[in-house]
Amino acid sequence: MPIIETTSLQKEYGRGRESVAALRGLDLSIAAGEFVTIMGESGSGKSTLLAVLGGMSQPTSGEITVAGERLYQLHPEKLADFRAANLGFVFQSFHLIPYLTALENVMLPLAIVKGKAAAKRGAALAALARVGLGGKPERLPNQLSGGEQERVAIARAIVNSPKILLADEPTGNLDSRTSEEVMMLFRELNSAGQTVVMVTHNHENGAYADRTISLKDGLVVGR
Amino acid sequence: MNLQTIAINNLKRRKAKMAFLTIGLAVGIATIVTLLTLNRSMSGDIERKMEEFGANILITPQSNGLNMNYGGIGLGGVTFDQREILESDLQKIKTIANSKNIAAVSPKVLGGIRVGSHDLLLAGVDFASELKMKQWWQVFGAVPQSEDELLLGSDAAKVLAVETGDSVKFGNGTFKVSGVLEQTGSQDDALIFASLRKAQQLLGKEGKITIAEVAALCSGCPIGDMVTQIAEKLPEAKVSAIQQVVAGRLKTLEQFNRFSMGVAAVVVFIGSLIVLVTMMGSVSERKTEIGVFRAIGFRKSHIMRIILCEAALISLLAGLLGYGIGMLTAKLVLPYMAESGAAKLVWDAAIGIGSVLLALLLGILASMYPASQAAGMEPTEALRAL
Ligand SMILES: Nc1ncnc2c1ncn2[C@@H]1O[C@H](COP(=O)(O)OP(=O)(O)OP(=O)(O)O)[C@@H](O)[C@H]1O
Ligand SMILES: [Mg+2]
Repeated sequence: MPIIETTSLQKEYGRGRESVAALRGLDLSIAAGEFVTIMGESGSGKSTLLAVLGGMSQPTSGEITVAGERLYQLHPEKLADFRAANLGFVFQSFHLIPYLTALENVMLPLAIVKGKAAAKRGAALAALARVGLGGKPERLPNQLSGGEQERVAIARAIVNSPKILLADEPTGNLDSRTSEEVMMLFRELNSAGQTVVMVTHNHENGAYADRTISLKDGLVVGR
Repeated sequence: MNLQTIAINNLKRRKAKMAFLTIGLAVGIATIVTLLTLNRSMSGDIERKMEEFGANILITPQSNGLNMNYGGIGLGGVTFDQREILESDLQKIKTIANSKNIAAVSPKVLGGIRVGSHDLLLAGVDFASELKMKQWWQVFGAVPQSEDELLLGSDAAKVLAVETGDSVKFGNGTFKVSGVLEQTGSQDDALIFASLRKAQQLLGKEGKITIAEVAALCSGCPIGDMVTQIAEKLPEAKVSAIQQVVAGRLKTLEQFNRFSMGVAAVVVFIGSLIVLVTMMGSVSERKTEIGVFRAIGFRKSHIMRIILCEAALISLLAGLLGYGIGMLTAKLVLPYMAESGAAKLVWDAAIGIGSVLLALLLGILASMYPASQAAGMEPTEALRAL
């Protein structure tokens, strides 16, 4: 059974004549443990799809099941709980909280779960170590390079061992060498069993993935 | 790491921003505190001043021949059948139940005299208590110190064509004019004031007085009761409240109080607006951040707890700070606002507690609203808001 499955997924922004159809009846299926990249031109609906998969944006119609849950049939607060328990999200612009240190940013998903402070700290340090940033836990985001911030964002996304890691153009702001390192990191995480769904428009990044899904005008093209 | 840690770290690591926000709130609160306190202090000042203004109760002899006039109230003629009040009887006034409400008792003896070719009214007064009662008197020269000195009303001085330092002859003596009153617009303008003792001698009314004025020590104090109480002590005299004065005084105070309330309402409104706008702005700025929290899986209530914690701490600090700054400002400004330097700063615990509570209420309300809006959005929507 696939970990992500959608049927006739539609998403329209706005209403009436002004409305934009970002997803137009999209079917896809991703298996647990897969590393999938989503590619397509700008405006093809990649970010929209990722947000819908991540339980952050309600589709206009269609069905979507993630880890056995019909996401948008959940109450918004239950959906938040689902995100906290099952999903890790890496944003294109990192979205680190500026007044929290690298370590505290990584601990954020743990702030809402019960547990000893020391245990949370340990988990966060381990996540930082996994992304190769063990040495700078007390730095604030603005004291870190772009690549380092990216790593913190990834560490934050994996600290609660999510079933699925979603990333929207995680290398969009990085130079090619740093991009490569980050892609290697995703590869490693995937090798350890992590399901990864990543949006990118860099074709080179596709090489790291098991499979690439191409989008065009809100529909999947080719397989 | 828990929700409080997030809030505290925000406050700690963005000191400049938080200081700015706190000061914004504090300024709003301080404005309210300053103006309310000034308002209260000035009301107190004005009330006190009004209490010092003129008599509330007039004690006159029982009489039928009415041809002399003092402040619109018949005094009984300068006729011979007139009964007079004994000076010693005035002591009894001090024994009434409401004696603590008596500010001053000012006895007078009045009588017609002839100076040269002019008929004038001589008033023998106790200058100390008279001055206490007539705070508005402006004397050119000095108040008489000895028995052969006079104080002249402005019209009397004009009629006699004398000024401070000149001499006036009447009866069997010569008197020095130690001072002339600036125009008061009252009966005082036409009078010649001498010491009570001397006037009694000159008028042949030793130990007697014609009229006594009693100033009450509060606005809206039980004038009616006091009149009854005095009348019981002095059955020979006619005791009447100067209704006009009392009513007018109360009306003025009431007007001022209504005005103060209006000012206070506007001030609280504007101050609140400052606080609301500042706080709402500061939370709205954080929509993206709230979007991130939501994306990570924070519940709406988690986010509200973070914002509540921050808002409560900042508002509390701002409330205390605002109260301090407000009172300090009021203290510095009051001397310039109040006419008499004696205006006292009113330290009102209600304003202190009220300002802190108001800061908390406004700060929390103003931040909870946008926070709840942002937390209620879909995470993507909140994230897009930059
Ligand atoms: N909030 C929105 N309101 C209205 N239209 C939107 C909104 N977000 C996206 N769209 C539209 O939906 C379509 C798909 O947008 P989306 O962001 O998913 O594209 P994308 O593939 O991620 O593009 P890019 O590579 O530039 O990030 C576009 O036409 C876009 O203009
Ligand atoms: Mg996009």
